[in-house]
Amino acid sequence: MGKADIQTGRLSPEEISNNFSDMHPPLSRPEALIEADRCYFCYDAPCTTACPTRIDIPGFIQKIRSDNLRGSAHTILRENIMGGMCARVCPTEVLCEEACVRNVHEDKPVNIGLLQRYATDPVFEQNLNLFERAADTGKRIAVVGGGPAGLSCAHRLATLGHQVVVFNRDRKLGGLNEYGIAAYKTVNDFAQQEVNWILDIGGIEVRPNTSMGVDITLEAIREEYDAVFLAFGLGGVNKLGLANEDADGVLNAVDYIATLRQSENKDDLPVGRHVVVIGGGMTAIDIAVQSKRLGSEVVEIVYRRGPEQMGASQYEREYAQTSGVTIRHWASPVKLLVSDRVTGIEFERTELDANGKLQSTGDTWSLNADIVFKAVGQAVASDVFGDAADSFEQKGGKLLVGDDRKTSLPDVWAGGDCIYGSDDLTVTAVQDGKVAANSINRYLRLQE
Amino acid sequence: MANLTSEFLGVTTPNPFWLASAPATDKAYNVNRAFEAGWGGAVWKTLGEDPPIVNVSGPRYGAIHSNERRVIGFNNIELITDRPLQVNLDDIRQLKKDWPDRAIFVSVMFPMNEETWAKYVPMIEDTGADGFELNFGCPHGMTERGMGAAVGQVPEYIKLATEWCKKYAKTPVIVKLTPNVTNILPPAIAAREGGADAVSLINTVNSIMRVNYDTLEMYPATDGMGSHGGYCGQAVKPIALHMVAEIARTKQTAEMPISGIGGIADWRDAVDFLALGASNLQVCTAAMVYGFKIIDDLSDGLSNFLDDKGMSSVSELVGKAVPSVTDWQYLNLNYVEKAVIDQDLCIKCGRCHIVCEDASHQAITKTVNGERRFEIIDEECIGCNLCTIVCPVDGCITMQPMTEGVDPRTGIAISKEKADWTTHANNPMRKES
Ligand SMILES: Cc1cc2nc3c(=O)[nH]c(=O)nc-3n(C[C@H](O)[C@H](O)[C@H](O)COP(=O)(O)OP(=O)(O)OC[C@H]3O[C@@H](n4cnc5c(N)ncnc54)[C@H](O)[C@@H]3O)c2cc1C
Ligand SMILES: Cc1cc2nc3c(=O)[nH]c(=O)nc-3n(C[C@H](O)[C@H](O)[C@H](O)COP(=O)(O)O)c2cc1C
Repeated sequence: MGKADIQTGRLSPEEISNNFSDMHPPLSRPEALIEADRCYFCYDAPCTTACPTRIDIPGFIQKIRSDNLRGSAHTILRENIMGGMCARVCPTEVLCEEACVRNVHEDKPVNIGLLQRYATDPVFEQNLNLFERAADTGKRIAVVGGGPAGLSCAHRLATLGHQVVVFNRDRKLGGLNEYGIAAYKTVNDFAQQEVNWILDIGGIEVRPNTSMGVDITLEAIREEYDAVFLAFGLGGVNKLGLANEDADGVLNAVDYIATLRQSENKDDLPVGRHVVVIGGGMTAIDIAVQSKRLGSEVVEIVYRRGPEQMGASQYEREYAQTSGVTIRHWASPVKLLVSDRVTGIEFERTELDANGKLQSTGDTWSLNADIVFKAVGQAVASDVFGDAADSFEQKGGKLLVGDDRKTSLPDVWAGGDCIYGSDDLTVTAVQDGKVAANSINRYLRLQE
Repeated sequence: MANLTSEFLGVTTPNPFWLASAPATDKAYNVNRAFEAGWGGAVWKTLGEDPPIVNVSGPRYGAIHSNERRVIGFNNIELITDRPLQVNLDDIRQLKKDWPDRAIFVSVMFPMNEETWAKYVPMIEDTGADGFELNFGCPHGMTERGMGAAVGQVPEYIKLATEWCKKYAKTPVIVKLTPNVTNILPPAIAAREGGADAVSLINTVNSIMRVNYDTLEMYPATDGMGSHGGYCGQAVKPIALHMVAEIARTKQTAEMPISGIGGIADWRDAVDFLALGASNLQVCTAAMVYGFKIIDDLSDGLSNFLDDKGMSSVSELVGKAVPSVTDWQYLNLNYVEKAVIDQDLCIKCGRCHIVCEDASHQAITKTVNGERRFEIIDEECIGCNLCTIVCPVDGCITMQPMTEGVDPRTGIAISKEKADWTTHANNPMRKES
């Protein structure tokens, strides 16, 4: 096997800049008005029911039609404070747009995502104030994790007049909006623009570079604050469970993406000529497409089951394929081929047995690889709770919460990726934060 | 293909579509292009006394748009022609020579004294034009000088001015009526009594389009001030159709030929006007917003329609729908329709439910057995048609007559007998049937 082919700057700065430009450019006003006219203004609208944050979609589209963009943005953001980011990253094809009644006869739903972006963009461009803080309640709440769930909760609590302190492991707020989402979905530093706008409500203090479990314990936090919201996401990365996983060239997709997202020109990233991605979710798609965009020649996703079982939607799979990514199914990695670094990976063919259980056929094949990305899921980091881990009811390594997002502890709520049953979407994380904030507010008011 | 050749007031044109008196008929250049495109005739832009009037040099027009920027309604504050009379007369004379098979009627507007009519009518007729149209309809500007709608709103003036024109004209005279009256019949009758050969209607409707949301002045405005204008285009068609039908079904006016105007944009609009009694059609706004090419659809659409109906000429269609227009008191109160929703076409938008719930009779379900499903509740349905109007799917909700059984809403058996308000028990002025 030849020498690994890894280079930075495989493409010219112009090519890279083109490749990472806005995936769905915003609508112009004429486009938006015509698209808005396509909305039937349904009663008890199926799109709204399909939205995890229950945005009144026909309502905001009606306001686009009447050029009432501030009202439209308010309708969106009062239910989903990250309506700007969600307009960019929501898999609308399996949410609101899938439910659109236009699909029945014409298979072409209203483009709700881009309309939502059209309505909300001016808010961030002009830094418009849409919400006001209620009078200070004197209550202090700790939010652990400043991603979509944490910020949504913090904003709602601040609006209700509470004081919020956000502890955040990373230097920047935004969570995976800042460190995870594919770069072409959120261009021009939108994540930070949105974070700053959210913080403008006031009453939110941020403690960056502060990890619960490392820099401060849950006990200490509970002692000091009237209530706690946990939204630290998934800090741990699942392993393949193979020998040589720490060999050079075997990388966690999420770590690479985080570096990519923080790289200004993206010309400092090591890019393999031949890249193999193991996994079947959004992360697998994103690392594959972004590798391709950085100049990798051959990018292959290998997933152990069929297309229908992939976490990535059909739309996302096709997006990867039209971006030049090959998706291979029914193969499970069994061996990393390593000399001084990874050179390839060996797979075993898989199939479903009579009971529908995945099993190996014993048949093997392999791929050359300069880089192998692991994208087989994430888990709650092992260190967050310190000694307190046992005090929580958990399931599948995640926190169990009720409908109000309350944990088994009386003063602790949780939401986002770290709770059991989460579907790992920005929009559900935002909803969790909102629901938890409302619940915390009721709890605190009852204490008065 | 049905032949569209039409005769109106003794003038035969290749089709019944004429351009209405407006900017598109103000110059030889435009009218020549219209005739090249295939228009059957033109009513020349209204001529007045010399020296000509002047127009504003700011915006003359305003519009209501759909979000796709289709013009739904249009308004203007343009006056009559602002070119010297002789220039217009020369143009008309030349065009009549170049296009002998097309009609040119000349719209005129003169003050209320006989001498003026005596002076100008023969001069105009000398161009070879086919006839006159008396502009008693322009609702803005000229009314302040006692002309246009200021005449058209006073039946005695209509009669008088028509008599003067008829006295000096050898060619036919059309009186163009204003819709800015509460009842169109007195002006139409006055025209007839004055000797008019035909009426044309409608001219434009008094209107202010909107305000400017930045300055809170009316819009459009001329240097910060605006003046009401005349409304036209598709939005005014129903107003025009009602007035045309009234004239067509009223004994004193029924015999008068009608040139239908107001919102004609495609061949279906033409069918509306013809079936309700017009035998000639005039178009202004549609030509202004799409250009002369729309004549293609107007004429071959109408021709195809006539073919489908087995009619060989436009005249067979004229007035076909007039007998179906009556007074409310004669509508059959025993007749019952119910809405029916085709569940296979239904996309479950729920529009029918919410409008029936909020603004009508709570006659449409939103769930059936726990499922989102929209069904008519016959016990509540009054047959109003609101649901079919709001349904976005063509043909999904239809109104269907009940022909037998009992109306579950009223408990009254369906009767084949007709019974109207004139004999209804609740009518204090009922006639015994
Ligand atoms: C590569 C990738 C692509 C994705 N693409 C999409 C997409 O296109 N659309 C979509 O809807 N979703 C997408 N997702 C999922 C989405 O990003 C997450 O569901 C969402 O960000 C979860 O929000 P969260 O607030 O729960 O957690 P996170 O966004 O993970 O935020 C967690 C925050 O907690 C902080 N933190 C972590 N540990 C601690 C600690 N111990 N103490 C204090 N702070 C801590 C972190 O610094 C971070 O700010 C993607 C995810 C990945 C990984
Ligand atoms: C800009 C403009 C100027 C008009 N000028 C005249 C005119 O000079 N004389 C006249 O009789 N009607 C005039 N009209 C009225 C039209 O001839 C016509 O009656 C009216 O617009 C309704 O028809 P429509 O809906 O097809 O436009 C004018 C209309 C417009 C829009």
